[in-house]
Amino acid sequence: MIGIINYGAGNIRSVSNALNRLSVQHFVSNNCNELNKADKLIFPGVGEARSAMDALIRTGLADWLKEVTVPFLGICLGMQLLFEYTTERATECLGIISGTNERFYSGQSQLKVPHMGWNQIQQNSKNPLFSRIKSGENFYFVHSYYAPIVPATIGVTDYDVQFTSAIQQKNYYGVQFHPEKSSKEGLQLLKNFIELC
Amino acid sequence: MLTKRIIPCLDVKDGRTVKGTNFLQLRDAGDPVELAARYSDEGADELVFLDISATLEGRKTFLQMVECVAEAIQIPFTVGGGISTVDDAGRALDAGADKVSLNSAALARPSFIDEASKRVGSQSVVVAIDVKRSNGSWTVWTKAGTESTGKDALLWADEVVQRGAGELLVTSMDRDGTTEGYDVELLKAISDRVSVPLIASGGAGNKEHLRDAILLGHADAVLAASIFHYNRISISELKSFLHDNNIPVRT
Repeated sequence: MIGIINYGAGNIRSVSNALNRLSVQHFVSNNCNELNKADKLIFPGVGEARSAMDALIRTGLADWLKEVTVPFLGICLGMQLLFEYTTERATECLGIISGTNERFYSGQSQLKVPHMGWNQIQQNSKNPLFSRIKSGENFYFVHSYYAPIVPATIGVTDYDVQFTSAIQQKNYYGVQFHPEKSSKEGLQLLKNFIELC
Repeated sequence: MLTKRIIPCLDVKDGRTVKGTNFLQLRDAGDPVELAARYSDEGADELVFLDISATLEGRKTFLQMVECVAEAIQIPFTVGGGISTVDDAGRALDAGADKVSLNSAALARPSFIDEASKRVGSQSVVVAIDVKRSNGSWTVWTKAGTESTGKDALLWADEVVQRGAGELLVTSMDRDGTTEGYDVELLKAISDRVSVPLIASGGAGNKEHLRDAILLGHADAVLAASIFHYNRISISELKSFLHDNNIPVRT
């Protein structure tokens, strides 16, 4: 049984729809005791880091998240929150993975922010999360802040800068893109997480 | 490299696509859910649904359709038409849409953009700008293009971005429905001055038009309706053409 962590940060329904597509049983909860019953956890997120962290602290989920031992997949903001810090409203994050998220710099390059649309993931290590997905495949992104490249990085994407688009540290997996919105390849990635990670 | 997005647009009235299509393979050309699935399979990068229902009943049907679309496809989609309160926006996103497109309500009350982007995040707020040329400048029109606001399109684009729009959907009313090509001059003028992505709309008639909107109009995404509905261009054919013109696309 997959537990989807609900802390009021959007795209729960899309993730749930995608799991239904895969005929995977799941439940949605914001309660640690309930979520402890899950074999695997998905931590979605759309929106702004500070409000998300506030909600996690208020519900007691923040401390619990650091102690999770089952396979865990953070999506988009859910991946960024695994890091120590983000410059988005100067927010302390969960600190499970070292590093700071920063904003794409629009500046002279006239870079459009948010980074919105389909972009490629270059896999820099073999990982079960990428089983049957070729390096360079496109996934759907929408975000204005990006995670740095760190030792736990398993996928890299280029948008003016190179940033971490997929990561794994022990049982914690994270993806910056939205597998639930990334067509067949996105479903494959979710399937990999559920079956192989 | 970030790819340029191809976005078919569906006009929906009382839960049915209005113009319909000549896709013979579809059992029901008027069913937006079936059409959405078809476009998604063909390689559309995103979809836009515009609700042109005028009644409350029609709006309810539209929300039900949004739920069905979200269950049927795994690509992002935007919904617009008649979104005039933050609650309207919230309902559309809760039903499974990824973004909402604001238009007349934002013109009537610009602070609506600030409120919507605070509540649902800028990344989910698209502002649609309908533009007509008049005396050497570009003017914003409202209420489905029936009424001029007198606002300058370039200044309005600056304002909506500053208020929190995460993307702009720019339609040339002079070109819309003509199949004579996008107003690339307008697209470029807006795209070059804003920091958010721009979706080009209005006037697509052939592959070259979409290429030009990207290369000359600096659009980040191109939207079209009839050329896709009437199968004048298939999405895969369009993508290989754009690829041959050195435009990055998802294949």
